[in-house]
Amino acid sequence: MTATRKIIVYELRDIVRSRWILFYALFFLVITEGLFRFGGGSANALVSLSSLALVIVPLISIVFGAMYLYDARSFTELLLTQPVGRVALFKGLYIGLALPIAMSFLLGIGIPLVFRGILATAHLETALVLAVSGTLLTFIFVALAFLVAVTVEQKVRGLSVSILLWLLLTVLYDGLVLALAAFFADYPLERPMLVLMLLNPVDLARVLLLLTFDLSALMGYTGAVFEQFFGTLAGKAISIAGLMSWIVIPLVAGIRRFKKKDF
Amino acid sequence: MIEIRGLVKRFGPLRVLDGLNLDLVRGKVTAILGPNASGKTTLIKCILGLTHFQEGTISFDGRLLDGTHTYRRKIGYMPQVARFPDHLRGREIIAMLKDLRGRPESTDERLVEAFQLGSELDKPVDTLSGGTRQKISAVLAFLFDPVMLFLDEPTAGLDPVASSMLKDRILQDRAAGKTIILTSHIMSEIEELADNVVFLLSGRVRFAGPSDEVKSTTGQDGLERALAQIMTRDSNEIPA
Amino acid sequence: MDHDTAGVGHRTRLIVAILITAVVHTAMGQGIVVSPEGPVRSISEAIRQVEPGGQVTVRKGTYREATIEVDKPVTIIGEGYPVLDGEGDRQLMTVTADSVTIRGLEFRNVGVSFVEDRAALKADGVRYCRLESNRFINTFFGIYLARTSQCRVANNVLQGMGSTETRSGNGIHLWYSKQIEIANNTVKGHRDGIYFEFVEDSSVMENVSEVNLRYGLHFMFSDRCKYHKNIFRGNDAGVAVMYTDSVEMIGNRFEHNWGSASFGLLLKDITDSRIQDNHFVENTVAVYAEGSNRIIFERNDFVENGWAVRIMGNALDNVFMRNNFIGNAFDVATNSRRSNSRFEENFWDAYRGYDLDRDGYGDVPFRPVRLFSLIVEKLEPALILLRSPIIGVLDTAERVLPSLTPETLADTRPSMRRIL
Repeated sequence: MTATRKIIVYELRDIVRSRWILFYALFFLVITEGLFRFGGGSANALVSLSSLALVIVPLISIVFGAMYLYDARSFTELLLTQPVGRVALFKGLYIGLALPIAMSFLLGIGIPLVFRGILATAHLETALVLAVSGTLLTFIFVALAFLVAVTVEQKVRGLSVSILLWLLLTVLYDGLVLALAAFFADYPLERPMLVLMLLNPVDLARVLLLLTFDLSALMGYTGAVFEQFFGTLAGKAISIAGLMSWIVIPLVAGIRRFKKKDF
Repeated sequence: MIEIRGLVKRFGPLRVLDGLNLDLVRGKVTAILGPNASGKTTLIKCILGLTHFQEGTISFDGRLLDGTHTYRRKIGYMPQVARFPDHLRGREIIAMLKDLRGRPESTDERLVEAFQLGSELDKPVDTLSGGTRQKISAVLAFLFDPVMLFLDEPTAGLDPVASSMLKDRILQDRAAGKTIILTSHIMSEIEELADNVVFLLSGRVRFAGPSDEVKSTTGQDGLERALAQIMTRDSNEIPA
Repeated sequence: MDHDTAGVGHRTRLIVAILITAVVHTAMGQGIVVSPEGPVRSISEAIRQVEPGGQVTVRKGTYREATIEVDKPVTIIGEGYPVLDGEGDRQLMTVTADSVTIRGLEFRNVGVSFVEDRAALKADGVRYCRLESNRFINTFFGIYLARTSQCRVANNVLQGMGSTETRSGNGIHLWYSKQIEIANNTVKGHRDGIYFEFVEDSSVMENVSEVNLRYGLHFMFSDRCKYHKNIFRGNDAGVAVMYTDSVEMIGNRFEHNWGSASFGLLLKDITDSRIQDNHFVENTVAVYAEGSNRIIFERNDFVENGWAVRIMGNALDNVFMRNNFIGNAFDVATNSRRSNSRFEENFWDAYRGYDLDRDGYGDVPFRPVRLFSLIVEKLEPALILLRSPIIGVLDTAERVLPSLTPETLADTRPSMRRIL
């Protein structure tokens, strides 16, 4: 077993015993079940669940990710005095945290979905895209959280930066896109919009979910451009690559900072 | 054992370690002393590899520290304040460090008995008192029979019984030829344990040598007074 | 028989006609039998032989013959659905006499024509025809009525060629006709399922028109017609009706007409009409109204549509009462700052108000036009931000402090409960 894997094993054990990870799973369990019970049809329920997940998953991932790394600081120091490399330790801490958060999300939405037989319906594709994008968003925002936590020394300031980053990617970015679109309304905007959506992981996940609902019909020519792009193998590859690079780039930047960091 | 030459550590414009030279001798207990912000903790962290330094060299048994971590197999470290993952049990933390060290065949768990930790090791860490966590931290430092031990304020937070147990252990290890570096604010403790003292001031070694020598050169009887005299003499030398 | 649209005179005349047919039929006995085994092997021959008012019975088999002209009042009845095969190049049957009944035939393979409206069964300039329980498979136009009146087209099943819009004709096509009853037919795979042009006082009841290449129902200049309990489902462009007064659409289902240019119901220059108790489910745009005035929309269900109602500024004095708006991406969209329509006592699932006096109606008005719907009206690419949290923020801000959305477009008495 590599040092990374050893760290993951013990960190997993620590986190699955913590109350907040249980609450997180329960939150999605109750919300999912509630939406399917009272939400008026499974399509509606999945729409609401997706919208909620796209906001909550990044928020919880980045806040708990940053909090965890700040709180683990002195234990991290102790581990660094052991014969363990910094890169191995960082990777171990990262996976050991992102994995249980993602699992918690998947269990929370998965149990009601399986139990209600949604996976055997026409909504299978949406459910799968939701599961995959929720998982990827978890890994993305925990990676961002780790980058913030190794860059900003103070915990309070680091948590503020994390929340701002979340706000930027989930809300403000789209506001800027809207403002840009309004400003350049006289130009053909379909392709620039496509690029802007590819650049933000939350938007990319949202658009992928929209397309599973066949909402492109609502979107006229824009929808057709998006549908065509994501319908091709290259489009799918680019969107997966886009999401993956949102994991890899913050993680590599985080590792570089972590290697240089003074404890 | 450990040779430090021209060590410089800057935080921004502040030179925390300012061209520090020091030899730490095998088989002795060395106390690192100095006023607040004199660079004690930074020095220890540089040796442990927790903190990077800009200039100078540190060599361990004749080999320069170059960022690799294998030398840390020979080191035990007890931090000032011990914090562990909240939901792990003491026993699991011990098992984790053993795993990380590749499960050595023999480990030294004498302190577990000495501290009578037994059942405490089966409780989640976040339910334990600060003192008990400090005991676990001491157990971890001595666990792998290291040739060199860094103890940062080791008795702070320990009750008198545990404190004397730990001091006994330190003296036993010295007798067994281990090198021990400690910091403490309790002068009686240093007088009791330390063979050598290193006195840091503004990032440099102001004095290093056997603790008896400090007293004889200053003409003071107690270590504390001797050190105080060094400091006042220094501050008088600084031009206004 | 249900002939609400027809006057008493019309009804009497029809009954008389049927009586005469029956009497003549009895007098003639069995009439002529057509069978592949002979002695009469062709339907044209049988029509030549039969007395007016007589019956031609067609035995099971496949008949390939030149276009059959039914030029006397006869009843043609198929046994076990005999097949009339046009082999892809000709019209199968033309009715040119009054009081003709065609029942139980299967019409097949009428090829595409770009010079004539070639149909499987065409009735031209006749009255009192009854075209019932026939099948039409792979035909260009199916049933074609021109200059006819007092006819009944019922229980037919039409399956078009379903290739492309231009290579396909309409299922049931009416032109310059009146007092026609279209009931219980099923039409699939045609250009338009049911097509009316210059048709008056007719009724379309309980038909199913689905997966047609253009419209499930398409009419224009067809005043005073009724459309009850039909299902229009999965048609490429939905349903479009234009330039008509006094339309009555009750209890129909407009379902899954989904596509970038698809409408549950497109109303253009429709006036003084009633649209009631219909279900609009999963349409890109459930109702689109342009230049349409004084229409009453009552007790309709708008469920899970892209836009439930898109009403243009040139549509005046329409009333939306007691409709249900549930799970639509946009409830109401408009291109105008002014509202020229009234909304009363509808149920809106997006309503977040309260009902302190417990009278079943919300105490604060509901504004169904979202700011976002105004934005996308002007800036279509912004639609890609659908369901982004920023849109929720903007919509909420606009609802609290309306500044851009039509201030007068509001339901002042929104129902707290779904209207049943």
